[in-house]
Amino acid sequence: MAHSARRDSPELPDFSILKRLARDQLIYLLEQLPGKKDLFIEADLMSPLDRIANVSTLKQHEVDKLYKVEHKPVISTSDQLCFLIRPRIQTVKWICDVVNTDKVPGKSRRYKIIFTPQKFYACEAVLEEQGIFGDVSIDEWPFYLLPLDDDIISLELPEFFQDNFLAGDQRWVRTAGSALHLLYSLYGPFSKVYGIGRCSKMAYESWREQVEEGEQKARQAEIGNVFLIDRDVDFVTPLCSQIVYEGLVDDIFRIKCGCVEFGPDVTASDKSVKVMLNSHDKVFSEIRNEHFSHVFGFLSQKARNLQTAYDKRQGMDIKQMKTFVSEELKGLKQEHRLLSLHIGASESIMKKKTKQDFQELLKTEHLLLEGFEIRECISYIEEHINRQVSMIESLRLLCLLSITENGLLPKDYRSLKAQYLQSYGVDHLLTFSNLRQLGLLVEQQPGETLTVMESKVGKLVNDKTAGKLTDAFSSLAKKSNFRALSRKLNLVPKTDEEYDLRVPRDMAYIFSGAYIPLSCKLIEQVLERDGWTGLEEVTRLLNGHEFAVTGSSGVDSRGKNDTQRIILVMFLGGCTYSEISALRFLGREKGYKFIVVTTAITNSSRLLEALLDNHV
Amino acid sequence: MSWSLRDGLRDSLVAAAPYGGPIALLREPQRRSPSSRPQLEIYSASGGTVASFPWKSGPVVQLGWTVSDELLCIQEDGTVLIYDLFGSFKRHFSMGQEVVQSQVMEAKVFHSPYGTGIAIVTSSSRFTLATNIDDLKLRRLPEVPGLQGKPSCWVVLTQDRQTKVLLSNGPELFILDNTSCTVVCPPGLSPQDGNIVHMSVSFSYKYLALLTDSGHLWTGLSTLQEKLSDVDTKKTMAPKQMLWCRRPKSQQPSVVLMWDRLLLVVGVCNETIQYPIEDPCVLVGEMDGVRIISSSNQELLQEVPLVCQDIFKIASMAPGALLLEAHREYEKSSQKADEYLREIKEQSMLGEAVRQCVEAAGHEYDTNTQKSLMRAASFGKCFLTDFSPDQFVTTCRELRVLNAVRDSSVGLPLTHTQFKQLTLQVLIDRLVYRQFYPLAIEVCRYLKIPDYQGVSRVLKHWASCKVQQKDLTDDAIARAVCMKVGDSPGVSYSDIAAKAYECGRAELAIKLLDFEARSGEQVPLLLKMKRSQLALSKAVESGDTDLVYTVVSYLKNEMNRGDFFMTLRNQPVALSLYRQFCKLQEQETLKDLYNQDDDHQELANYYVTASYREKRLEGRLSLLQSAVDEYNKAKNEFAVKTTEDEMRLLRFQRKLDDEKGAGLLGLSLQVTMETLLSLGLHKQAEQLYKDFRVPDKRYWWLKLKSLAEKEEWDELEKFSKSKKSPIGYLAFVEVCIKCNNKYEAKKYVSKVTPEQKVKAHLAVGDLEGAADAAIERRNEAEIGAVLSRCSASNSLVIERLNQARAAIAKK
Repeated sequence: MAHSARRDSPELPDFSILKRLARDQLIYLLEQLPGKKDLFIEADLMSPLDRIANVSTLKQHEVDKLYKVEHKPVISTSDQLCFLIRPRIQTVKWICDVVNTDKVPGKSRRYKIIFTPQKFYACEAVLEEQGIFGDVSIDEWPFYLLPLDDDIISLELPEFFQDNFLAGDQRWVRTAGSALHLLYSLYGPFSKVYGIGRCSKMAYESWREQVEEGEQKARQAEIGNVFLIDRDVDFVTPLCSQIVYEGLVDDIFRIKCGCVEFGPDVTASDKSVKVMLNSHDKVFSEIRNEHFSHVFGFLSQKARNLQTAYDKRQGMDIKQMKTFVSEELKGLKQEHRLLSLHIGASESIMKKKTKQDFQELLKTEHLLLEGFEIRECISYIEEHINRQVSMIESLRLLCLLSITENGLLPKDYRSLKAQYLQSYGVDHLLTFSNLRQLGLLVEQQPGETLTVMESKVGKLVNDKTAGKLTDAFSSLAKKSNFRALSRKLNLVPKTDEEYDLRVPRDMAYIFSGAYIPLSCKLIEQVLERDGWTGLEEVTRLLNGHEFAVTGSSGVDSRGKNDTQRIILVMFLGGCTYSEISALRFLGREKGYKFIVVTTAITNSSRLLEALLDNHV
Repeated sequence: MSWSLRDGLRDSLVAAAPYGGPIALLREPQRRSPSSRPQLEIYSASGGTVASFPWKSGPVVQLGWTVSDELLCIQEDGTVLIYDLFGSFKRHFSMGQEVVQSQVMEAKVFHSPYGTGIAIVTSSSRFTLATNIDDLKLRRLPEVPGLQGKPSCWVVLTQDRQTKVLLSNGPELFILDNTSCTVVCPPGLSPQDGNIVHMSVSFSYKYLALLTDSGHLWTGLSTLQEKLSDVDTKKTMAPKQMLWCRRPKSQQPSVVLMWDRLLLVVGVCNETIQYPIEDPCVLVGEMDGVRIISSSNQELLQEVPLVCQDIFKIASMAPGALLLEAHREYEKSSQKADEYLREIKEQSMLGEAVRQCVEAAGHEYDTNTQKSLMRAASFGKCFLTDFSPDQFVTTCRELRVLNAVRDSSVGLPLTHTQFKQLTLQVLIDRLVYRQFYPLAIEVCRYLKIPDYQGVSRVLKHWASCKVQQKDLTDDAIARAVCMKVGDSPGVSYSDIAAKAYECGRAELAIKLLDFEARSGEQVPLLLKMKRSQLALSKAVESGDTDLVYTVVSYLKNEMNRGDFFMTLRNQPVALSLYRQFCKLQEQETLKDLYNQDDDHQELANYYVTASYREKRLEGRLSLLQSAVDEYNKAKNEFAVKTTEDEMRLLRFQRKLDDEKGAGLLGLSLQVTMETLLSLGLHKQAEQLYKDFRVPDKRYWWLKLKSLAEKEEWDELEKFSKSKKSPIGYLAFVEVCIKCNNKYEAKKYVSKVTPEQKVKAHLAVGDLEGAADAAIERRNEAEIGAVLSRCSASNSLVIERLNQARAAIAKK
């Protein structure tokens, strides 16, 4: 990408230590159960586990067979069963069934449950209720953080989002605090912590508590500042279609734990291929942050370069050939393979996305963001629903419409909802109830009486005792205020000039120049202003809960300016690849290095699927 | 001694604890008239009264002190009562059922590495042992052959991690262990020496002394393997007490015997020293000597430590003695100081001299002697380079502490050796136990003990004691505690509060808990105190959901359902946590919860969810009806209507399923219509379209697609002509193309609106038509679109389009 990047970006800390730490802890726990044992793993822990300890490592520590935890009778014959699970009541109940089934014929085995990253009292209560508390031994594997890439760390807790924001269940807040504490104890002390959102604030407090309890060691800080942000501060960004390459790949193929499975249509063979997508992939690392419109150009250039490299061997003598084969050929082959995969992927994306519909979809999205021609947009969405294009996509557009417009007019709200229900079934009545609770899809309130009340309450809210009030009002008062925010922060660049996507001016390039992601813009502004001063109006529109705290070790921050420019951004409730790309861009522009910590990588589909009321 | 005893120590049962411990005194324990109760008195080692109360229980055989300064009173019936230092009753236990009948004849309290033990012998000549009274395990020892009544004398031995009893019956000596009773014969003691009337084992259980009725004193190892000496005391009367007086690394281990008016010290070297005594005395064995307590004073009899001997021996030439002399001369400004110094230095013994002085100072009781020795040491130190001052400094500090606790107001007469053995921690604990809080804190601060182990610990004890003061108001105590304790590290307010609660001061406990910073600590106690509401809000404040959940599950069991729900209602965080749990575990509770809250919306949603789990149509419908009722109450008209529609749809589907076996039940309206159309049930689909007021557009799209997919082109054409298409005709074109029927598609091109004509033509691949349309509309963009689709073979068209474009451009 041709841009005026600052060359003095600081080096990122080495996060592989997190993996080593987690692996050692796991091995220790496995050794606590000596002898051969079968390991049952929660389905969504499989990929993260694979990144920490592969099968052969597990086998070395006397793990005999590996199974997925499912609700069905176990076929294992081992007399020691070890379960590695998330602290979910559902899973614990399954395990109870396993143990109780064994009890009937009087079979005796040893059971061990390893909860990760921590256990919850509720899980133990279930064990107790089912009467097997004494039969199992319980352990915790404090595997909080999985580095997905040099600058992305994930907690791999997708349920954080619905538990915290939908159900109001704050159980994961402490986990987030502990994760932050782990980073702090390895790479801290932090000199400043900024944040916005209720959950961020709580996570921050939980972390501070842990800092105070533990002892502090003087260490060379490797991370300067920290920014915590709640997902519900900015719902617009994850609801937009992603157009940056990495985001697109995620939208279409679903990147799972930093790894994607390309199907036969990409590989041009009859097999699927699993590819790790990270900075070690030379080709990918160059295109991941690019706007899709010129990924192809780049790839073809790359292909030409590769050809030239191959062609070099034409005029070689034997000796040169030998060195070529031994040194370069392998790299070239590798690059060749990756290149062909990414070209395949791009083609597949092209096929799906460059059709007329996609252009129109994007156009509608951009109109919504700009706030123009809303009626046309509504009829577009209507048609979208009527033609049953896609359950999730329609929902996404509805939400985007509601947020950007601060709620739908009662008439539209009803008719759109009715049509959606006709298309996809009445059970989505509950989905709508969820969306309303989160403020994603709401009806415009008649009159602005609520705003007045809200601002009155807002003044009280800073007080701790008024926390209850906020809870009561938060469902009512979840107004997005997107239009006002967009004006204040200049989120939608002027449309009259052409936006050259090859030479991005600002973070809006990730959405074809139509919109600067709110979350990233906030981070930029706060870092620039070194706090929230001057952003009072913005924070009011965002429902407050902002904070900026200078760490205890802020004094000696002078002199090691490099560390100051390493910034850890923690998204509570997930972040998208587009946001990461935007932050990378911002980092290059301003000489920062961003490390993104997120509870999980999300995108519009994951976000909305979490809110579908799948009747258990 | 500051006490004033009316009758001296006569006729009293006296027990004094080692390490300068307290003294317990029970007057005339044998007097059994119920009218006059004997008085039990507890004094500090310096004779200060600590407690005094009339003894109301049964006759006491023996008093004793535990290692943690608790008083043991062993009664005749084998009951052991435990009192604390201040005379308040703590607990009691029995030495076994058998004892109740046979009565305790004699009892001994002994200390071993396992704690404090008790041994008794009953009138039936049986021994019972308890090695540790805190972990009571009674052991009845085997019978001793030929023993009638109580033995003439006996001691408890602790050897090789075993506790045994050594006893004599006449001239015979037995060792009694868990399983057996063996006759033993100490080397060098012949039965001719007479009956053994007294025996004593040393503080460390290493040495044994046996006294026969002929006055022979045999000393040796307690293993009875080796004899140390054999001395004839020429006293045939049995002494009142006989104790070892020795110290670690003793040069002259000796035994002290006491008669009514005489104290006799017998060393291994066959010599004896006699001290006359006037008052009845009590001997207390210490690790480095014997304490002699009389009604008027208290003395310590000990072997003079070697260094003190060296220094203070007359005409001693030991370096320490010379240094002391040198310093004395120096004070007098005499040049002799130099001479002495030189003398030491010539032998290069100055370092040794300083060490001797420092060590000797530690052993001295008199502060002036301590001072002169320390000054001498400090003087000598000046002439030494690289001499580590550590020992000097520590000794100085320790002496200050020792002098402070030896003060009669405190009354802990510890020697330096005892102090070292006891350790500072224990000393502070003892001070705290005796409620000398200010002194304890001073000591901690002076010796710079880390707060966590020092001051904080003292404060914690102080506070726990403070909350028991009944004469102060809750507020006053809370304030006092808070002021003193502040936020000292390691002091847990919840512990103090727990103590207050134990003493029945719940209000005070709550006040104290408010000072506790960690909610995790507050909650358990609050629950115990049944302040569940407060516990819940504290738990919520802490942000620790596990804690919240603990309280919730506790409340669930404690309260009735109504109150429980009401409590939750005031705590949204707890409520949502519980809801989450119920969703997975107790669906029914969830319903009750919503019912209680009159949350009709959620209740309705609950019914809807439940309806999906219900397999039978009737069940499902009735659940949906309940949902409708609730939605009505929630004034959610939209939801009412949709749910009613759903019910209608379900009935309709059921009817059709029954009639035609269409398998529709549970499908969405859209899919139902789709299925109907694909089954060719157009009439029914039409009916749904009308009944459910499906938007025209949707129905048209649906029918269009369905007909095209089934390739019923005639039907499609008829449909297209049924009325004006609400979705336009481009859709028809596109759908036909999608189904690969260009021919049919073309039929609809003409019907397409002018704006979409070009698209329509392009869709069917009719470039010329597209070109015509585009040119007709004079639309540059459309011309461009057509051009982009043209290939070289369409040169004619290209030319025409280019012309047209040029024409437009001109205008």
